[in-house]
Amino acid sequence: MAAEADIAVRLDGVTKHFGDTVALKDAWLKVQRGELLTLLGPSGCGKTTLLNLVAGFLSADAGELFIEGALVTDVPTAERDIGMIFQSYALFPHMSVAANIAYGLKTRHIARDEIARRVREAIALMKLGGLEARKPRQLSGGQQQRVALARALVIRPKVLLMDEPFSALDKNLRQSMQVEVKEIQRRLGVTTIFVTHDQSEALSLSDRIAVMSDGRILQIGTPQEVYRAPADRFVASFIGEVTVLRGKLAQIEGDTAVVALGASRVSVAAAPLSGVSISSAVDLFVRPEQLRIVGDRGAITATVTAHIYQGGHVDLYADSSGAIGRVLVRVPGEAALHAPVGAAVGIAPAPSGAVAFPAGD
Amino acid sequence: MRRRPATLHRLAGRALVVLLLGFLILPAAVVAIAAFNERALLAFPPQGFSLRWFTKAFDYRDFQIGWHNGAIVMLAASSLAVVVGTGFAFVLDRYRFVGRGLIETLLLAPLVVPHFTVGLGFLLLAAQVGLMRGFTVVIACHVVLVLPFVLRSVYISLRNLDRRLELAAESLGARPARVLFTVTLPLLVPGIVSGFLFAAILSFNEFTASLFVTAQRTQTLPVAMYNYVREYADPTMAAMSLIFILATTVLLTLANAVFGLGKVLNVDDGR
Repeated sequence: MAAEADIAVRLDGVTKHFGDTVALKDAWLKVQRGELLTLLGPSGCGKTTLLNLVAGFLSADAGELFIEGALVTDVPTAERDIGMIFQSYALFPHMSVAANIAYGLKTRHIARDEIARRVREAIALMKLGGLEARKPRQLSGGQQQRVALARALVIRPKVLLMDEPFSALDKNLRQSMQVEVKEIQRRLGVTTIFVTHDQSEALSLSDRIAVMSDGRILQIGTPQEVYRAPADRFVASFIGEVTVLRGKLAQIEGDTAVVALGASRVSVAAAPLSGVSISSAVDLFVRPEQLRIVGDRGAITATVTAHIYQGGHVDLYADSSGAIGRVLVRVPGEAALHAPVGAAVGIAPAPSGAVAFPAGD
Repeated sequence: MRRRPATLHRLAGRALVVLLLGFLILPAAVVAIAAFNERALLAFPPQGFSLRWFTKAFDYRDFQIGWHNGAIVMLAASSLAVVVGTGFAFVLDRYRFVGRGLIETLLLAPLVVPHFTVGLGFLLLAAQVGLMRGFTVVIACHVVLVLPFVLRSVYISLRNLDRRLELAAESLGARPARVLFTVTLPLLVPGIVSGFLFAAILSFNEFTASLFVTAQRTQTLPVAMYNYVREYADPTMAAMSLIFILATTVLLTLANAVFGLGKVLNVDDGR
């Protein structure tokens, strides 16, 4: 566990209700200094509520909130030293770019030449040179995003909060902004809490991800951990593409269990299967890259319905009769040639890498 | 052949627009032309050409008092209404309390209570407290009449205001007072100006209630005009109309140049 001094934001059992609905239930979270932590989940999972609680826009019904070790549960937003990036950017429409960026410095009563210097720095950092006098409505979406970032970062916040900041940008711009934000965040070492419902964005940006559903934090871990070792069925199916295959628990030995799937044997972690007896049904969650096209003796037989050429690989969709339904297999380009659209193929899981959970309904 | 119905429709549409515009402009146009009549006769078409009725509109003693009184009442009532109305709009927008719906309905539906009722009410009240002769009762009466328009204008601006702008200011370290003065109020300026203009124009033109609450010394221009018309029927009234129209046009044009008419009239698309 990280030392207490390395914790930038801490939530101790924070709960928030809206009327009768529980928006956030007993959330415990430690955000380490300098890391980018993503709150990931479907809409209504409580991720924005959590962010707004850290920002101070909402007050908690129960629990305590700490920023840099100081108790801030009842401290107003203005005194929390946070930087906030809204989905809509929320730039002040009546102020120029420079005035927007200077706003947070003025509230702190910093000397005028120091403000000018830091605004210049922020403008250089966010590559906004030449736009200082423009009003926000005269800027493109990407430029507005940069101004919002400059405005939030120039005050050197203790924590940067970002609420789905890229969702209004088109795909190309979104990807380049993601790379840029990640780079700047790492360079400045600013602790960041990032909210998104986009799992690929979460996987590519985050140091750690907190997966949320129904007002609860289900799992906190690195992108590799939540992708490779999801804590439960929800996390496994929400993050990344997954195919669920019904198999039988063949054996448990120490930390490893073996799931039988037709002729295939797949080794999985035993922990999620504790309490399941040998030869009862389990569900195997398999990633597209863990599936292979084999001859006619695969665990699944399916008909190829589409090839989606992705450059380095091909996403091959196949329809299986029965409960499995559509299967996504990620194959190297040349392998797809042997399984043209319309062909009946066998699909088998790799012998390890998948996870299994007790059979659902 | 298939194009003909479309062309016909378009022609009919244009004709309708022209008719409607004509219908709207006609009375003002007739009055404007009658204002230049040389003879002391309110008639259309005019006979001869003269500007003397315009001179009279400014020279006639009762009108001079009327312009002066009207300006005092207009400025005082509109300014008061802006302050009170903005405050009310904030309370209505930001707080939930018992009776809020009723107040909202009353203040946003000014047509329910007729002007003569308001005037009569103030007359009775003023008689009770002995304020019969002063401007206080006239101004108070006008505040009540124009308040809904100011309130409505500011309230709509507040509803359209993106609350996240205020949250962003807070996140940047601004306390409530600073948020109000650097973000909220500047963004409400078009709504407040629009409310003030509506209030000013309405107050300056108001007749029915003013007839009840003004005295000889405090009579506003419309009341002075009414008293004038009871004795004379010359084109001074027409000249006065034209002056009113021109003054209002200049006012709105200025407002448009400074703030943009869409914003001032609150018909902005919300951007």
